[in-house]
Amino acid sequence: MKSVGQSIRKIDGMAIATGKPVYTQDLATPNALVVKILRSPHAFAKINSIDISRAEKMEGVECIITFKDVPAGRFTLAGQSYPEPSPYDRLILDEMVRYVGDEVAIVAAVDEKTAFQALKRIKVDYEVLEPVLDFEQAVGHSTVVHPEEDLSCNFDIGLQKEKNVASSFTEEVGDVEEEFKRCDVVVEGVYYPQAQSHAMMETYRAYTYLDHTGRLVVVSSTQIPFHIRRQLARALQIPASKIRVMKPRIGGGFGGKQTGSVEVFTAIVTLKTGKPAIITYDRKETFSCTTSRHAMRLKVKLGADREGLIRAIDMEVLSDTGAYGEHAATVLSCVGHYTLPLYNKTRAVRITGNAVYTNKMPAGAFRGYGATQGTFALESTVNSLAEQLGLDPTEVRLKNISKEGETFLTGQGVLLGSTSLDRCIRKGKELIGWQDKFPSREIGQNKVRAVGMAVTMQGSGIANIGTASIEIRLNDDGNVTLLTGATDMGTGCDTILSQMAAEILEIPMENIIVSAGDTDTSPFDPGSYASSTTYVAGTATIKAATELKKKILEQGAKFLGVSPEDAEMNGLAVRSVSGEQEIGLAKLAELTILGAGKLQLVGYATHGSEVSPPPYVAGFAEVEVDQETGKVELIDYVAVVDCGTVINPNLARMQAEGGIAQGIGMALYEEVRYDELGKMATNSFMQYKIPCRKDIGKVRIAFEESFEPTGPFGAKSIGEVVANTPSPAIVHAVYNAVGVKINHLPITSEKVFLGMQKS
Amino acid sequence: MQIKVTINDKLVTWDVEKDEFLADTLRSHGFLSVKKACETSCCGLCTVWVDDKSVLSCSILSLRVHGKKITTIEGVPKEAEEFARILTAEGAEQCGFCSPGFIMNVLAMKNELVNPSENEIIHYLTGNLCRCTGYMGQLRAVKTYLGVVEG
Amino acid sequence: MFTLVDLVQPDNLAEAYQILSDKRNNTILGGCAFLKMGSKRIGTAIDLTNLNLSYIREQAGFIEIGAMTSLREIETHTQLREYFNGVLPKSVHNIIGVQFRNGVTVGASVYSKYGFSDLITALLALDTEVELYKGGRMLLVDFLNKPHEKDILVKVWVKKNNRKAAYLNLRKSASDYAVINVAVSKLDDQWTIVVGARPSKAAIAVRASAALSKGKLSVEEIEGAAQRAAEELSFGTNARGTSEYRKALCQVLVKRGIMEVLHANQSDN
Ligand SMILES: Cc1cc2nc3c(=O)[nH]c(=O)nc-3n(C[C@H](O)[C@H](O)[C@H](O)COP(=O)(O)OP(=O)(O)OC[C@H]3O[C@@H](n4cnc5c(N)ncnc54)[C@H](O)[C@@H]3O)c2cc1C
Ligand code: FES
Ligand code: FES
Repeated sequence: MKSVGQSIRKIDGMAIATGKPVYTQDLATPNALVVKILRSPHAFAKINSIDISRAEKMEGVECIITFKDVPAGRFTLAGQSYPEPSPYDRLILDEMVRYVGDEVAIVAAVDEKTAFQALKRIKVDYEVLEPVLDFEQAVGHSTVVHPEEDLSCNFDIGLQKEKNVASSFTEEVGDVEEEFKRCDVVVEGVYYPQAQSHAMMETYRAYTYLDHTGRLVVVSSTQIPFHIRRQLARALQIPASKIRVMKPRIGGGFGGKQTGSVEVFTAIVTLKTGKPAIITYDRKETFSCTTSRHAMRLKVKLGADREGLIRAIDMEVLSDTGAYGEHAATVLSCVGHYTLPLYNKTRAVRITGNAVYTNKMPAGAFRGYGATQGTFALESTVNSLAEQLGLDPTEVRLKNISKEGETFLTGQGVLLGSTSLDRCIRKGKELIGWQDKFPSREIGQNKVRAVGMAVTMQGSGIANIGTASIEIRLNDDGNVTLLTGATDMGTGCDTILSQMAAEILEIPMENIIVSAGDTDTSPFDPGSYASSTTYVAGTATIKAATELKKKILEQGAKFLGVSPEDAEMNGLAVRSVSGEQEIGLAKLAELTILGAGKLQLVGYATHGSEVSPPPYVAGFAEVEVDQETGKVELIDYVAVVDCGTVINPNLARMQAEGGIAQGIGMALYEEVRYDELGKMATNSFMQYKIPCRKDIGKVRIAFEESFEPTGPFGAKSIGEVVANTPSPAIVHAVYNAVGVKINHLPITSEKVFLGMQKS
Repeated sequence: MQIKVTINDKLVTWDVEKDEFLADTLRSHGFLSVKKACETSCCGLCTVWVDDKSVLSCSILSLRVHGKKITTIEGVPKEAEEFARILTAEGAEQCGFCSPGFIMNVLAMKNELVNPSENEIIHYLTGNLCRCTGYMGQLRAVKTYLGVVEG
Repeated sequence: MFTLVDLVQPDNLAEAYQILSDKRNNTILGGCAFLKMGSKRIGTAIDLTNLNLSYIREQAGFIEIGAMTSLREIETHTQLREYFNGVLPKSVHNIIGVQFRNGVTVGASVYSKYGFSDLITALLALDTEVELYKGGRMLLVDFLNKPHEKDILVKVWVKKNNRKAAYLNLRKSASDYAVINVAVSKLDDQWTIVVGARPSKAAIAVRASAALSKGKLSVEEIEGAAQRAAEELSFGTNARGTSEYRKALCQVLVKRGIMEVLHANQSDN
């Protein structure tokens, strides 16, 4: 293959690397109003009154909006296909404020300074209420976070608002209790994966204006332009046809920008004032007023026979969705979806869970989407099981993992189309040096080194829900335009999709123009999330390109006077198979599209998949632990990835390395913390430490390709699955080093130290 | 107040507020390569050179660079492109938001350190955060750029 | 938001001090990294740039470090990397990044008496004095114990002698504030043990230092001194660690610090 499988540089790479003005803020006009938000200082309160008179009078203040000025219909900011399975529990501004940082008033002024001064002059009188801060106390708490009558949901997601339950979930196949009785070994554990911040470098921002027809144009750093359009239409109660959403280059998303955190605030300002407006969250707002990963408590019980075959799995999940329920139900159900199918020697599995409302910043979508938390809990328990059985944990995996062509209990009979997880495990063992290093060895000076491991899976797109449409057309000059609604956020999908189109059309990538992420011109795409772009939009690309190629060949054959079967692509031309005649694409386009031809050649396809084939990772960590201080140093991390066919090795490696680093952050350093009043304590890069260059040791990636029959060129996904193994693998390694098992993330030296004191 | 600075080899006079920081001044004059990602001087995205030294433009009052020489990535297009070619060939610009500041610090390092070791490279670049790439690809690119042989 | 009303660049210290004293919210600017995070409205900001206070020079048995010297200059200074086993460069090594250290200043770092300070811990283990415009020259330890008074820190004096020193710290992640930091030094037979980021400001473990200076440096004595240091100093709890953990770390790091200094001594002799 010429394009697919090659490490091709991203088509926007040089522009973004050298600082060209291609991000949201770069595109805003300098005269745009600056939008700032007045936020609640209380975790839970009712607004008795707001006095904006002193602020309103200020020179340069253009508009101030309070809850009295916004439409009444509730909505969700979750970026999900309609009808969204998230509760409609939001208003643009509400009389109730439900967490410290919740929005109270929107101010738009001519510049930032004026806007900030105006914020200070707004006087709010609150009735302060008792908040629910501990998610383990939320169910049945005397405080009800969402008492309002008009809260609704499109589906029965188990919402019981009077109990603070945003969603509940149960799935059971077989009789777990009975099966545990038959097991030789049963292990249990309780795990607490913490809330994690996305901490993308470009904070949330959106720029809005009215175009020449009075339509609202939204330029936003978002993963989900089409969902934003729909959300805005509902929130602002205007027709979607009056809204255009465009996504320029994005400075990172990781799922954070799958929730519409800011667009509505600047949109309402532009609608009220008729003027361009920009909102740019600072780092503090990005940390404390958007979303994070769901903190969870997971109780896992695992039963196996003496040989180590896992026969029963029971998981009980409690998920903290914070003040609003974006993604509450789906993240909860994904905990099981993306873990239980790993092991299919089971005879019974059960997962039950609640996602609960609390008075903290809402949780939302985050790379891994429940799989990260579930993997941490399940894989940690599998490691305990291996220890109890006296088996090598890699062998326990190899015995239990699902193989190609097999089914699994919760899979409704669907056969596993591709997996190389067994090879991933073997390769990973070899790369990390498992044979010599497992479980641990003293290296002197009170230091021990040890290894640990975990495996994981994810999905590729959302089966039967996610769709993508691609249009590829031949332009009048013989070049080709690929139109997509998929949203490249640095992930490289603009490049990946054009690689695929180039491969099918047999033309160089330079001749493909990618036009993406504009709801006015792009065909529908839900956006880039759920690891769907390569797999779903990629397949749509192949279909559309195949159709266009057929049309080009037919048209070319006509001009050449041969039958379409006797025509083939030859660079930027169609030629007869005999090689005697040839017509260049430019000429073909000219004769077809212009003047007499009257025919625009277009390939068009919509694709949705009935399955969501899992990519896999086997992750191996080597740590060094200081026995006197508890300090953990990550020495080496090996991740071996099965993402099906690797479309672009460099971009895949970068996804993997970045995801592993984010996972390492979660395992060792990152934690969203609140003070006793519910105010976020970790709202800067000084208090919330994402890994810096010195914190990640060495990360090594290897690929073990499989071929996914339903995927484009055999590809699956990679974006999310890579975030999941570090927590359980590093916890395992630390345990093997000093016998301390950390169930409460992150692993800190103090926790390890305390654990050592106890044992 | 007015300041006179040499920005990317051009002498200019700019009006600035007394409490304005250099990053904002630069952006408002169209040097949009300069990005900001924090308020606590922690991220390094705003890195530019003042008198050829890497500094955080978000934390320097514009008034204090009066009379000095400022360089943004727009001012070193050839060097930046040379390194960016290597960086992008590695795929190590993911979202790219951190790249301009990172590149400025890489170029500063090249000017300052002679034959740096891998550890020295990592140390020099620690102040440049990146959330996308996990740093390994950036390191490979820098090593290629500096001709550091795999040790 | 950071705001200031006026900014001046005085030509001499007297003028700078006069302006500083004029109003409560008049403020000296260091590199602004810390000031920028606050929300205090600054009246007149006093920029010391014109006073030539950025230098590291050696004279009359002292190393003088001007208030406006950047931490990066400390880090890269050839002689400082030699003296006292490079303890000063080592102490600032972990602070955020090169660009950051190019901007932040020694004067601000010392004057502010930050509890987490790495530099103060290292300086305190040496024979360091500070020179304040109004308050004059005094030992660093006295300055640290003195109640806050508005003044200008002009320079830091470090006596040039044959002190051997070590600097150790434990951080949760590489560019975080230290959970605890320790500097140990030895001049002839006199030991100094300093512990900072407790999380309150650095202090000398006086009794532990004295005991160690009297003993024969057996393993038991070293461990005893480390334990004594942990007992005589107070420790607090914050987001980075509890007082109990800090106390335990203090003991470990002090012990390691003493060993490191002993090794440095041996390899020198
Ligand atoms: C995000 C962040 C992380 C940090 N991490 C660490 C760390 O891990 N370890 C560590 O040791 N330090 C750390 N620091 C502190 C840093 O090293 C500096 O000490 C601090 O930023 C102050 O230096 P500055 O030049 O920025 O001072 P400024 O912010 O300009 O000033 C700080 C204060 O000092 C006053 N001041 C400045 N100069 C003088 C003077 N000559 N005389 C009298 N008063 C003066 C100012 O009025 C102000 O009150 C950190 C700082 C920040 C912002
Ligand atoms: S913007 Fe983060 S360091 Fe300057
Ligand atoms: S590439 Fe996105 S932050 Fe570095």
